[in-house]
Amino acid sequence: MKKKIIVASALLGAAVGCSHMASYAPVEPTNDQVKAVLKGSFREVGQAKLDRIDQDDVQRICSAASAGKALAKEDAERIEKSQLAGIKYPADGYMGDWKAGEKIAQQGTGKQYSDDPAQPAGGNCYACHELTKEEIAFGTIGPSLRNFGKVRGFTPEVQKYAYGKIYNSEAYSACSNMPRFGHMGILTEKQIKDVVALLMDPQSPVNK
Amino acid sequence: MRPNRTIAAALLLAAGLGAGSPGAQEKSKAIQEIEKYRAALGDDNPAELWESRGEDLWKAKRGPKNASLEACDLGLGPGVVKGAYTVLPKYFEDSGKVEDLESRLVTCMVTLQGFTPEQAKKDPFGGPGKKVPMDALVAYVAAQSRGMKMNVAGTHPKEVEAYEMGRKIFFYHGGPHDFACETCHGADDKRIRLQDLPNLTKTSDAQRAYTTWPAYRVSQGEVRSMQWRLNDCFRQQRFPELEFASPASIALTMFLAKNANGGVMNAPAIKR
Repeated sequence: MKKKIIVASALLGAAVGCSHMASYAPVEPTNDQVKAVLKGSFREVGQAKLDRIDQDDVQRICSAASAGKALAKEDAERIEKSQLAGIKYPADGYMGDWKAGEKIAQQGTGKQYSDDPAQPAGGNCYACHELTKEEIAFGTIGPSLRNFGKVRGFTPEVQKYAYGKIYNSEAYSACSNMPRFGHMGILTEKQIKDVVALLMDPQSPVNK
Repeated sequence: MRPNRTIAAALLLAAGLGAGSPGAQEKSKAIQEIEKYRAALGDDNPAELWESRGEDLWKAKRGPKNASLEACDLGLGPGVVKGAYTVLPKYFEDSGKVEDLESRLVTCMVTLQGFTPEQAKKDPFGGPGKKVPMDALVAYVAAQSRGMKMNVAGTHPKEVEAYEMGRKIFFYHGGPHDFACETCHGADDKRIRLQDLPNLTKTSDAQRAYTTWPAYRVSQGEVRSMQWRLNDCFRQQRFPELEFASPASIALTMFLAKNANGGVMNAPAIKR
Protein backbone atom coordinates (compact mmCIF):
# COMPACT_ATOMS: atom_id res chain seq x y z
CA MET A 1 0.00 0.00 0.00
CA LYS A 2 2.62 2.42 1.20
CA LYS A 3 4.95 1.65 -1.65
CA LYS A 4 2.24 1.96 -4.26
CA ILE A 5 1.29 5.47 -3.18
CA ILE A 6 4.84 6.69 -3.08
CA VAL A 7 5.59 5.27 -6.50
CA ALA A 8 2.36 6.81 -7.76
CA SER A 9 3.17 10.24 -6.35
CA ALA A 10 6.71 10.04 -7.71
CA LEU A 11 5.34 9.20 -11.16
CA LEU A 12 2.83 12.02 -10.86
CA GLY A 13 5.63 14.37 -9.85
CA ALA A 14 7.69 13.29 -12.83
CA ALA A 15 4.74 13.64 -15.20
CA VAL A 16 3.86 17.15 -13.97
CA GLY A 17 7.53 18.04 -14.06
CA CYS A 18 7.78 17.02 -17.69
CA SER A 19 5.11 19.47 -18.79
CA HIS A 20 7.19 22.33 -17.42
CA MET A 21 10.76 21.16 -17.81
CA ALA A 22 11.76 18.92 -20.63
CA SER A 23 14.03 16.41 -18.93
CA TYR A 24 14.09 16.65 -15.16
CA ALA A 25 13.73 13.34 -13.38
CA PRO A 26 13.84 13.04 -9.59
CA VAL A 27 17.07 11.59 -8.26
CA GLU A 28 17.02 9.84 -4.93
CA PRO A 29 19.70 11.32 -2.67
CA THR A 30 22.35 8.98 -1.29
CA ASN A 31 22.37 8.07 2.37
CA ASP A 32 25.49 10.23 2.88
CA GLN A 33 23.71 13.21 1.33
CA VAL A 34 20.72 12.71 3.62
CA LYS A 35 23.01 12.39 6.64
CA ALA A 36 24.85 15.60 5.70
CA VAL A 37 21.58 17.55 5.45
CA LEU A 38 20.43 16.15 8.80
CA LYS A 39 23.74 16.99 10.51
CA GLY A 40 23.40 20.55 9.29
CA SER A 41 19.79 20.81 10.48
CA PHE A 42 19.93 19.55 14.06
CA ARG A 43 21.66 20.90 17.14
CA GLU A 44 22.84 19.11 20.24
CA VAL A 45 20.68 19.60 23.32
CA GLY A 46 21.32 17.91 26.66
CA GLN A 47 22.00 14.21 26.20
CA ALA A 48 20.98 14.19 22.52
CA LYS A 49 24.24 14.67 20.59
CA LEU A 50 24.65 14.84 16.82
CA ASP A 51 26.09 11.31 16.74
CA ARG A 52 22.52 10.06 17.11
CA ILE A 53 22.20 10.83 13.40
CA ASP A 54 24.96 8.31 12.58
CA GLN A 55 23.35 5.01 11.66
CA ASP A 56 24.47 1.46 12.39
CA ASP A 57 23.97 -1.26 9.75
CA VAL A 58 20.52 -2.15 11.04
CA GLN A 59 19.26 1.44 10.87
CA ARG A 60 20.80 1.98 7.43
CA ILE A 61 19.35 -1.19 5.91
CA CYS A 62 15.95 -0.70 7.56
CA SER A 63 15.74 2.93 6.35
CA ALA A 64 16.23 1.76 2.77
CA ALA A 65 13.74 -1.06 3.31
CA SER A 66 11.03 1.23 4.70
CA ALA A 67 11.62 3.79 1.91
CA GLY A 68 10.55 1.17 -0.63
CA LYS A 69 13.61 -0.99 -1.38
CA ALA A 70 12.51 -4.49 -0.41
CA LEU A 71 14.44 -6.01 2.48
CA ALA A 72 16.66 -8.68 0.94
CA LYS A 73 16.46 -12.10 2.56
CA GLU A 74 20.24 -12.13 3.09
CA ASP A 75 20.10 -8.74 4.81
CA ALA A 76 17.28 -9.86 7.11
CA GLU A 77 19.18 -13.02 8.04
CA ARG A 78 22.43 -11.11 8.57
CA ILE A 79 20.69 -8.59 10.85
CA GLU A 80 18.99 -11.29 12.91
CA LYS A 81 22.18 -13.35 13.25
CA SER A 82 24.45 -10.45 14.23
CA GLN A 83 21.94 -8.98 16.69
CA LEU A 84 21.22 -12.35 18.31
CA ALA A 85 24.94 -12.89 18.84
CA GLY A 86 25.17 -9.61 20.78
CA ILE A 87 22.53 -10.36 23.40
CA LYS A 88 23.97 -10.46 26.93
CA TYR A 89 21.85 -12.69 29.14
CA PRO A 90 21.80 -12.28 32.93
CA ALA A 91 23.77 -14.79 35.01
CA ASP A 92 21.07 -15.23 37.65
CA GLY A 93 17.80 -15.92 35.86
CA TYR A 94 15.47 -13.86 33.65
CA MET A 95 12.75 -12.90 36.12
CA GLY A 96 12.60 -9.72 38.20
CA ASP A 97 9.69 -8.01 39.96
CA TRP A 98 6.51 -7.58 37.90
CA LYS A 99 5.38 -4.57 39.97
CA ALA A 100 8.57 -2.71 39.04
CA GLY A 101 8.05 -3.95 35.47
CA GLU A 102 4.58 -2.40 35.35
CA LYS A 103 6.07 1.00 36.31
CA ILE A 104 8.69 0.66 33.56
CA ALA A 105 5.96 -0.27 31.06
CA GLN A 106 4.00 2.87 32.02
CA GLN A 107 6.92 5.31 31.92
CA GLY A 108 7.32 7.18 28.64
CA THR A 109 10.33 9.36 29.43
CA GLY A 110 13.98 8.61 28.82
CA LYS A 111 16.63 9.51 26.21
CA GLN A 112 14.77 12.60 24.95
CA TYR A 113 16.80 15.82 25.11
CA SER A 114 14.13 17.12 27.45
CA ASP A 115 14.72 14.25 29.91
CA ASP A 116 17.13 14.22 32.87
CA PRO A 117 19.84 11.69 31.90
CA ALA A 118 20.44 10.96 35.60
CA GLN A 119 16.97 9.39 35.87
CA PRO A 120 16.39 5.84 34.58
CA ALA A 121 14.56 5.62 31.25
CA GLY A 122 11.18 3.94 30.91
CA GLY A 123 10.22 1.20 28.48
CA ASN A 124 6.95 2.90 27.45
CA CYS A 125 5.52 -0.53 26.52
CA TYR A 126 1.92 0.73 26.75
CA ALA A 127 2.59 3.30 24.03
CA CYS A 128 2.43 0.41 21.53
CA HIS A 129 1.15 -2.73 23.34
CA GLU A 130 -1.86 -3.92 25.29
CA LEU A 131 -0.63 -5.61 28.48
CA THR A 132 -2.92 -5.66 31.53
CA LYS A 133 -6.69 -5.63 31.51
CA GLU A 134 -6.71 -2.59 33.82
CA GLU A 135 -4.78 -0.25 31.51
CA ILE A 136 -7.02 0.62 28.59
CA ALA A 137 -4.88 3.52 27.35
CA PHE A 138 -2.63 1.32 25.23
CA GLY A 139 -1.35 1.81 21.69
CA THR A 140 -1.61 -0.54 18.74
CA ILE A 141 1.71 -0.22 16.86
CA GLY A 142 2.78 -3.56 18.38
CA PRO A 143 0.71 -6.71 19.01
CA SER A 144 -1.33 -7.28 22.17
CA LEU A 145 0.68 -8.92 24.95
CA ARG A 146 -2.33 -9.83 27.11
CA ASN A 147 -1.84 -13.23 28.78
CA PHE A 148 1.70 -13.38 27.35
CA GLY A 149 2.94 -16.12 29.70
CA LYS A 150 -0.36 -17.92 30.06
CA VAL A 151 -0.62 -18.41 26.29
CA ARG A 152 3.03 -19.40 25.68
CA GLY A 153 3.66 -21.34 28.89
CA PHE A 154 5.51 -20.26 32.04
CA THR A 155 8.74 -21.97 31.00
CA PRO A 156 12.40 -20.90 31.23
CA GLU A 157 12.61 -21.06 27.42
CA VAL A 158 9.85 -18.46 27.02
CA GLN A 159 11.44 -16.34 29.77
CA LYS A 160 14.70 -16.40 27.85
CA TYR A 161 12.92 -15.51 24.60
CA ALA A 162 11.13 -12.58 26.28
CA TYR A 163 14.42 -11.31 27.71
CA GLY A 164 16.12 -11.56 24.32
CA LYS A 165 13.24 -9.93 22.47
CA ILE A 166 13.25 -6.93 24.82
CA TYR A 167 17.06 -6.76 24.76
CA ASN A 168 17.20 -6.76 20.97
CA SER A 169 14.01 -7.13 18.92
CA GLU A 170 16.03 -7.14 15.67
CA ALA A 171 17.44 -10.54 16.64
CA TYR A 172 14.02 -12.08 16.04
CA SER A 173 12.45 -9.82 13.44
CA ALA A 174 14.68 -7.69 11.20
CA CYS A 175 13.48 -4.08 10.87
CA SER A 176 10.98 -4.43 13.70
CA ASN A 177 9.47 -1.15 14.95
CA MET A 178 10.44 -2.05 18.52
CA PRO A 179 13.50 -0.37 20.09
CA ARG A 180 16.50 -2.51 21.06
CA PHE A 181 16.20 -1.77 24.78
CA GLY A 182 19.27 -3.67 26.01
CA HIS A 183 21.50 -3.36 22.96
CA MET A 184 21.11 0.44 22.88
CA GLY A 185 21.38 0.89 26.65
CA ILE A 186 17.85 2.21 27.11
CA LEU A 187 16.98 -0.23 29.90
CA THR A 188 19.36 -1.92 32.37
CA GLU A 189 19.58 -5.69 32.85
CA LYS A 190 17.54 -5.37 36.07
CA GLN A 191 14.86 -3.31 34.34
CA ILE A 192 14.55 -5.84 31.50
CA LYS A 193 14.16 -8.64 34.05
CA ASP A 194 11.37 -6.66 35.73
CA VAL A 195 9.57 -6.32 32.38
CA VAL A 196 10.08 -10.05 31.71
CA ALA A 197 8.37 -10.70 35.06
CA LEU A 198 5.49 -8.44 34.04
CA LEU A 199 5.02 -10.71 31.00
CA MET A 200 5.89 -14.06 32.58
CA ASP A 201 4.97 -14.07 36.29
CA PRO A 202 1.76 -16.07 36.79
CA GLN A 203 0.79 -13.45 39.43
CA SER A 204 1.29 -10.52 37.03
CA PRO A 205 -1.91 -8.75 35.92
CA VAL A 206 -0.79 -9.42 32.33
CA ASN A 207 -1.70 -13.07 32.95
CA LYS A 208 -4.89 -12.43 34.92
CA MET B 1 -14.36 35.63 21.32
CA ARG B 2 -16.15 33.94 24.18
CA PRO B 3 -15.51 34.99 27.79
CA ASN B 4 -12.13 34.26 29.28
CA ARG B 5 -13.73 31.64 31.47
CA THR B 6 -13.67 29.04 28.72
CA ILE B 7 -10.01 29.76 28.07
CA ALA B 8 -9.28 29.46 31.79
CA ALA B 9 -11.11 26.13 31.84
CA ALA B 10 -9.03 24.98 28.90
CA LEU B 11 -5.85 25.97 30.67
CA LEU B 12 -6.87 24.07 33.79
CA LEU B 13 -7.61 21.10 31.62
CA ALA B 14 -4.26 21.55 29.95
CA ALA B 15 -2.47 21.51 33.29
CA GLY B 16 -4.19 18.23 34.15
CA LEU B 17 -3.27 16.64 30.83
CA GLY B 18 0.32 17.71 31.00
CA ALA B 19 0.96 16.25 34.44
CA GLY B 20 2.51 12.80 34.25
CA SER B 21 0.54 10.03 32.64
CA PRO B 22 -3.04 9.93 33.84
CA GLY B 23 -4.86 6.64 34.14
CA ALA B 24 -6.96 5.48 31.25
CA GLN B 25 -10.32 6.52 32.62
CA GLU B 26 -8.99 9.88 33.71
CA LYS B 27 -7.57 10.36 30.24
CA SER B 28 -10.71 9.45 28.35
CA LYS B 29 -12.56 11.83 30.68
CA ALA B 30 -10.10 14.53 29.69
CA ILE B 31 -10.73 13.81 26.01
CA GLN B 32 -14.48 14.06 26.62
CA GLU B 33 -13.91 17.40 28.34
CA ILE B 34 -12.04 18.67 25.29
CA GLU B 35 -14.90 17.54 23.06
CA LYS B 36 -17.30 19.47 25.29
CA TYR B 37 -15.00 22.49 25.20
CA ARG B 38 -14.82 22.31 21.44
CA ALA B 39 -18.62 22.05 21.20
CA ALA B 40 -19.01 25.04 23.54
CA LEU B 41 -16.72 27.08 21.35
CA GLY B 42 -18.77 26.28 18.27
CA ASP B 43 -17.27 28.16 15.37
CA ASP B 44 -15.04 30.16 17.68
CA ASN B 45 -11.44 29.09 17.88
CA PRO B 46 -8.95 30.69 20.28
CA ALA B 47 -6.55 30.78 17.29
CA GLU B 48 -8.53 33.84 16.14
CA LEU B 49 -6.57 35.82 18.73
CA TRP B 50 -3.34 34.77 16.99
CA GLU B 51 -4.81 35.43 13.56
CA SER B 52 -5.82 38.99 14.37
CA ARG B 53 -2.51 39.69 16.11
CA GLY B 54 -0.78 38.27 13.03
CA GLU B 55 -2.72 40.56 10.70
CA ASP B 56 -1.66 43.56 12.79
CA LEU B 57 1.96 42.37 12.72
CA TRP B 58 1.81 41.83 8.94
CA LYS B 59 0.78 45.47 8.48
CA ALA B 60 2.91 46.99 11.24
CA LYS B 61 6.06 48.94 10.42
CA ARG B 62 8.80 47.04 12.26
CA GLY B 63 12.55 46.45 12.24
CA PRO B 64 15.54 48.65 11.37
CA LYS B 65 13.93 49.58 8.03
CA ASN B 66 10.62 50.47 9.72
CA ALA B 67 8.69 48.58 7.05
CA SER B 68 5.68 46.29 7.03
CA LEU B 69 5.53 42.80 5.50
CA GLU B 70 2.81 43.85 3.06
CA ALA B 71 5.19 43.68 0.07
CA CYS B 72 6.29 40.13 0.99
CA ASP B 73 5.92 37.57 -1.82
CA LEU B 74 4.63 34.38 -0.22
CA GLY B 75 4.49 32.57 -3.54
CA LEU B 76 1.56 34.17 -5.34
CA GLY B 77 3.16 37.59 -5.81
CA PRO B 78 4.06 40.51 -3.51
CA GLY B 79 1.36 41.17 -0.93
CA VAL B 80 -0.89 38.23 -1.87
CA VAL B 81 -1.80 36.39 1.33
CA LYS B 82 -5.03 34.72 0.20
CA GLY B 83 -4.28 31.15 -0.83
CA ALA B 84 -0.52 31.49 -0.31
CA TYR B 85 -0.32 28.66 2.24
CA THR B 86 -1.64 26.19 -0.34
CA VAL B 87 1.38 26.63 -2.66
CA LEU B 88 4.09 26.38 0.01
CA PRO B 89 6.82 25.15 0.23
CA LYS B 90 8.01 26.68 -3.03
CA TYR B 91 11.25 27.68 -4.77
CA PHE B 92 11.88 31.44 -4.68
CA GLU B 93 14.16 33.07 -7.26
CA ASP B 94 15.11 35.94 -4.95
CA SER B 95 16.51 33.74 -2.18
CA GLY B 96 17.53 30.86 -4.44
CA LYS B 97 15.93 28.45 -1.96
CA VAL B 98 12.90 26.28 -1.38
CA GLU B 99 11.05 27.88 1.52
CA ASP B 100 8.07 26.91 3.67
CA LEU B 101 5.88 29.59 5.25
CA GLU B 102 8.05 30.07 8.32
CA SER B 103 11.35 30.32 6.44
CA ARG B 104 9.74 32.62 3.86
CA LEU B 105 8.56 34.93 6.64
CA VAL B 106 12.14 34.98 7.95
CA THR B 107 13.39 35.95 4.47
CA CYS B 108 10.87 38.80 4.26
CA MET B 109 11.68 40.00 7.79
CA VAL B 110 15.32 40.19 6.71
CA THR B 111 14.93 41.72 3.24
CA LEU B 112 11.98 44.04 3.88
CA GLN B 113 12.29 44.92 7.55
CA GLY B 114 16.07 44.75 7.94
CA PHE B 115 16.22 42.22 10.77
CA THR B 116 19.28 39.94 10.85
CA PRO B 117 18.48 36.26 10.16
CA GLU B 118 19.38 35.53 13.80
CA GLN B 119 16.88 38.13 15.03
CA ALA B 120 14.17 36.88 12.68
CA LYS B 121 14.62 33.26 13.87
CA LYS B 122 15.24 34.04 17.54
CA ASP B 123 11.85 33.12 19.06
CA PRO B 124 10.22 30.63 16.71
CA PHE B 125 7.68 29.21 19.20
CA GLY B 126 5.59 30.71 21.98
CA GLY B 127 5.47 29.29 25.50
CA PRO B 128 3.98 30.02 28.91
CA GLY B 129 3.76 33.79 29.25
CA LYS B 130 5.57 34.35 25.96
CA LYS B 131 3.71 35.28 22.80
CA VAL B 132 5.91 35.49 19.69
CA PRO B 133 5.31 37.24 16.34
CA MET B 134 6.09 34.09 14.31
CA ASP B 135 3.14 32.07 15.70
CA ALA B 136 0.77 34.97 15.03
CA LEU B 137 2.00 35.56 11.47
CA VAL B 138 1.75 31.84 10.70
CA ALA B 139 -1.81 31.70 12.07
CA TYR B 140 -2.82 34.76 10.02
CA VAL B 141 -1.35 33.56 6.72
CA ALA B 142 -2.63 29.97 7.10
CA ALA B 143 -6.13 31.21 7.96
CA GLN B 144 -6.24 33.10 4.65
CA SER B 145 -6.20 29.73 2.86
CA ARG B 146 -9.18 28.23 4.73
CA GLY B 147 -11.45 26.32 2.39
CA MET B 148 -8.84 26.24 -0.40
CA LYS B 149 -7.17 23.13 -1.78
CA MET B 150 -3.50 22.32 -1.18
CA ASN B 151 -1.74 22.89 -4.47
CA VAL B 152 2.04 22.53 -4.10
CA ALA B 153 3.72 22.49 -7.53
CA GLY B 154 6.93 20.66 -6.67
CA THR B 155 8.11 20.83 -10.27
CA HIS B 156 11.17 23.10 -10.13
CA PRO B 157 14.36 21.01 -9.92
CA LYS B 158 15.07 22.43 -6.44
CA GLU B 159 11.52 21.52 -5.36
CA VAL B 160 11.88 17.98 -6.69
CA GLU B 161 15.20 17.73 -4.87
CA ALA B 162 13.60 18.94 -1.61
CA TYR B 163 10.73 16.46 -1.98
CA GLU B 164 13.11 13.54 -2.54
CA MET B 165 15.24 14.63 0.42
CA GLY B 166 12.13 14.98 2.59
CA ARG B 167 11.00 11.51 1.58
CA LYS B 168 14.34 10.00 2.63
CA ILE B 169 14.24 11.91 5.93
CA PHE B 170 10.74 10.53 6.59
CA PHE B 171 12.14 6.99 6.37
CA TYR B 172 15.48 7.72 8.12
CA HIS B 173 15.89 5.50 11.19
CA GLY B 174 18.32 6.65 13.87
CA GLY B 175 18.96 7.44 17.52
CA PRO B 176 18.86 5.12 20.55
CA HIS B 177 15.31 3.97 19.73
CA ASP B 178 15.86 3.40 15.96
CA PHE B 179 12.82 5.59 15.27
CA ALA B 180 11.93 7.23 11.94
CA CYS B 181 8.82 9.33 11.16
CA GLU B 182 7.63 6.17 9.47
CA THR B 183 7.72 4.15 12.71
CA CYS B 184 4.56 5.89 13.93
CA HIS B 185 3.18 7.30 10.67
CA GLY B 186 3.68 4.48 8.15
CA ALA B 187 0.69 2.20 8.71
CA ASP B 188 -3.10 2.49 8.85
CA ASP B 189 -5.22 2.76 12.01
CA LYS B 190 -2.44 2.81 14.62
CA ARG B 191 -2.45 4.55 17.98
CA ILE B 192 0.09 5.65 20.58
CA ARG B 193 -1.74 5.12 23.85
CA LEU B 194 -5.15 6.53 22.88
CA GLN B 195 -3.84 9.02 20.33
CA ASP B 196 -4.74 8.14 16.72
CA LEU B 197 -1.79 8.33 14.31
CA PRO B 198 -2.26 9.42 10.69
CA ASN B 199 -0.58 7.22 8.07
CA LEU B 200 1.32 9.98 6.30
CA THR B 201 2.20 7.74 3.35
CA LYS B 202 -1.50 7.52 2.47
CA THR B 203 -3.14 10.43 0.63
CA SER B 204 -6.35 10.73 2.67
CA ASP B 205 -4.52 10.69 6.03
CA ALA B 206 -1.75 12.98 4.73
CA GLN B 207 -4.40 15.48 3.61
CA ARG B 208 -6.34 15.35 6.87
CA ALA B 209 -3.19 15.82 8.95
CA TYR B 210 -1.50 18.55 6.91
CA THR B 211 -4.60 20.68 6.39
CA THR B 212 -5.22 20.98 10.15
CA TRP B 213 -1.81 22.51 10.96
CA PRO B 214 -1.07 25.11 12.28
CA ALA B 215 -3.40 24.34 15.17
CA TYR B 216 -4.50 25.71 18.53
CA ARG B 217 -3.38 23.07 21.05
CA VAL B 218 -5.83 23.03 23.93
CA SER B 219 -3.33 21.17 26.16
CA GLN B 220 -0.77 23.92 25.63
CA GLY B 221 -2.90 27.03 25.14
CA GLU B 222 -0.82 27.93 22.08
CA VAL B 223 -1.09 28.04 18.32
CA ARG B 224 1.53 25.60 17.03
CA SER B 225 3.07 25.80 13.56
CA MET B 226 4.17 22.93 11.29
CA GLN B 227 7.78 23.77 12.23
CA TRP B 228 6.82 23.23 15.89
CA ARG B 229 5.06 19.96 15.03
CA LEU B 230 8.17 18.58 13.36
CA ASN B 231 10.46 19.87 16.13
CA ASP B 232 8.44 18.05 18.79
CA CYS B 233 8.14 14.83 16.78
CA PHE B 234 11.94 14.62 16.51
CA ARG B 235 12.27 15.26 20.26
CA GLN B 236 10.10 12.22 20.91
CA GLN B 237 12.00 10.35 18.21
CA ARG B 238 15.06 10.84 20.51
CA PHE B 239 16.91 12.88 17.87
CA PRO B 240 18.82 16.09 18.74
CA GLU B 241 16.80 19.30 18.28
CA LEU B 242 15.56 20.09 14.78
CA GLU B 243 16.61 23.66 14.07
CA PHE B 244 13.92 26.13 13.11
CA ALA B 245 13.66 26.72 9.33
CA SER B 246 16.55 24.28 8.71
CA PRO B 247 16.99 22.53 5.32
CA ALA B 248 15.79 19.19 6.74
CA SER B 249 12.65 20.79 8.21
CA ILE B 250 11.78 22.44 4.89
CA ALA B 251 12.46 19.27 2.87
CA LEU B 252 10.26 17.20 5.17
CA THR B 253 7.52 19.84 4.98
CA MET B 254 7.76 19.70 1.18
CA PHE B 255 7.21 15.92 1.30
CA LEU B 256 4.23 16.23 3.65
CA ALA B 257 2.65 19.25 1.92
CA LYS B 258 2.87 17.84 -1.60
CA ASN B 259 1.44 14.51 -0.43
CA ALA B 260 -1.51 16.52 0.92
CA ASN B 261 -2.29 18.14 -2.46
CA GLY B 262 -6.03 18.29 -3.06
CA GLY B 263 -6.83 18.39 0.64
CA VAL B 264 -8.87 21.41 1.77
CA MET B 265 -7.10 23.69 4.24
CA ASN B 266 -8.89 24.10 7.57
CA ALA B 267 -6.22 25.71 9.74
CA PRO B 268 -5.58 26.85 12.35
CA ALA B 269 -7.59 23.89 13.66
CA ILE B 270 -8.27 23.02 17.32
CA LYS B 271 -6.43 19.98 18.63
CA ARG B 272 -5.93 18.22 21.92
